[in-house]
Amino acid sequence: MTEFPRPAPGTWPPMNSPAYGSTRKRHALHPPIAIPHTLSETSAPRFTPSAYPAYADMSVHEGQAAMGERIIVGGRVLDEDGRPVRGAMLEIWQANAAGRYHHMRDQHDAPLDPHFAGSARVFSDDEGHWQITTIKPGAYPWGNHAKAWRPVHIHFGLHGQGFAQRMITQMYFPGDPLLPLDPVFMATPDAAARERLIAKFDLDYAVENWALGYRFDIVLRGRNATPMEDHK
Amino acid sequence: MTTTASQTAGPYWHIIDHPEWADLRRGENAAMAGTSITLTGQITDGDGTPCGDAMVEIWQAGPDGAYEAGFHGFGRCASDDQGRFRFTTLKPGPVPGPGNSLQAPHITLAVFARGLMNHVTTRAYFAAEPLNEADPILALVPEARRPTMLARETAPGVWTLDIRLQGADETVFLDI
Ligand SMILES: [Fe+3]
Repeated sequence: MTEFPRPAPGTWPPMNSPAYGSTRKRHALHPPIAIPHTLSETSAPRFTPSAYPAYADMSVHEGQAAMGERIIVGGRVLDEDGRPVRGAMLEIWQANAAGRYHHMRDQHDAPLDPHFAGSARVFSDDEGHWQITTIKPGAYPWGNHAKAWRPVHIHFGLHGQGFAQRMITQMYFPGDPLLPLDPVFMATPDAAARERLIAKFDLDYAVENWALGYRFDIVLRGRNATPMEDHK
Repeated sequence: MTTTASQTAGPYWHIIDHPEWADLRRGENAAMAGTSITLTGQITDGDGTPCGDAMVEIWQAGPDGAYEAGFHGFGRCASDDQGRFRFTTLKPGPVPGPGNSLQAPHITLAVFARGLMNHVTTRAYFAAEPLNEADPILALVPEARRPTMLARETAPGVWTLDIRLQGADETVFLDI
C-alpha cells in the first residue's frame, strides 16, 4: 500500500493567509474532516499518451521562436522516501518573457508574444525525470497591495499515483528580489520549505550555445510502505 | 524528504484548460454502458459571490465501481461567470471501503482557484441513495453538515451540488 501522510506542520501555506487578499473570503472556516484513505484517494487517473500527448517545448510556437531567454527546466518527481514517482503527469503554464499571460483576463500592459502560448505537458520517466524547454518568464503586477509584483514563477500541476497526491505548486527563480515581498511565496511558514520552491541554477541542464538550465525537484506526498507491492 | 509546498493555481490556469475534459463520455468512455448523468453546481465565497475563476476536477469509479480499469473517471471543468461547473459522466457504482465496508456511489471533487493555497476536496454523494446510510466516510461527517455532500436530482439525470467555500452552509471539505 502506498501511504500519503499529511504534510508536516508549517511546510504548506495556511488556507487563511490574510496578506494574500484572495484567501480572505475563500478559505473554509471549519477544519477539513480527516478521512481514512480508500480506493477513491489511493487510485489516480491514468493519462495515456494517446489521449494526453506530451509537448515539452514552449520556446517555439507554430514554428517560430518565442522572444526572451530560452531555458531548460528539469528535475525529478519523488515521494517522501526519495523514490521516483513514475509516469506523473506535469501540466505547466507561465507568463511570457514580458510577464504577460496568453489569457483573456490578463490585462497587464505588457506585450503578448504571438510565438509564445505558455503551456507544456510532460510525464516523469522511470527515474522520475522530466524536462521542458521554455522562455524565462517575466514578473507581473497583480494588485494585491501597493506595487505588488509576483516574483518570476512557473506554475506546475502534478498528477501522481493517487488522487491524494494531486498538487499544484509554483517554481521560483534563485536571487529574485521580489521573493521576500511576495505574500504567496512567504505564506509558507517554514523557511526550508520555501527554499524548496526555488529552482537551482544548474549547468547540467544547460546546452552549449543554446540555453541555460534550472533544476526543480518536486516531492509528492507519499511513501512506499511495502515497495514490492503495487497500490492496487 | 518533505513534500513540496502547494501553491495557488492563480487566475490564469485556463492556459492548461481543455473544456472537452468536462465530458467524461468522451473517447474510449463513449462506448461504455451506464447511466448518463450531469453533475453541476455553483461555487460561491464567504460573501456569496460566485467564484468565476475556479478549476473543478472530478475523480470517480466507473458504473462497475472500479477505478483505473475501463472507465476513465477523470474530468476537469472551469467555473463560468456565475461560478457554475457542469460535467457529463456516467453514474459511478459502489466502491470498496475500509475493511469489508462498501462506499456508496460518489464522485470526488477537487476545487482549485485564486485564493486557495491548496485545493479543497469534497465528495458528491447521490441524495436518497440507500447505501448512503452505511457509508463509512459520510458517517465521519456531523449529520447536520452531511447535506453539503449530497447532490440533489434537480431535473431528470441532473445532479446539483453547490460548493460554498466559506460561511453559512459551508461545504464539508475532506482532509484526504
Ligand atoms: Fe502566475
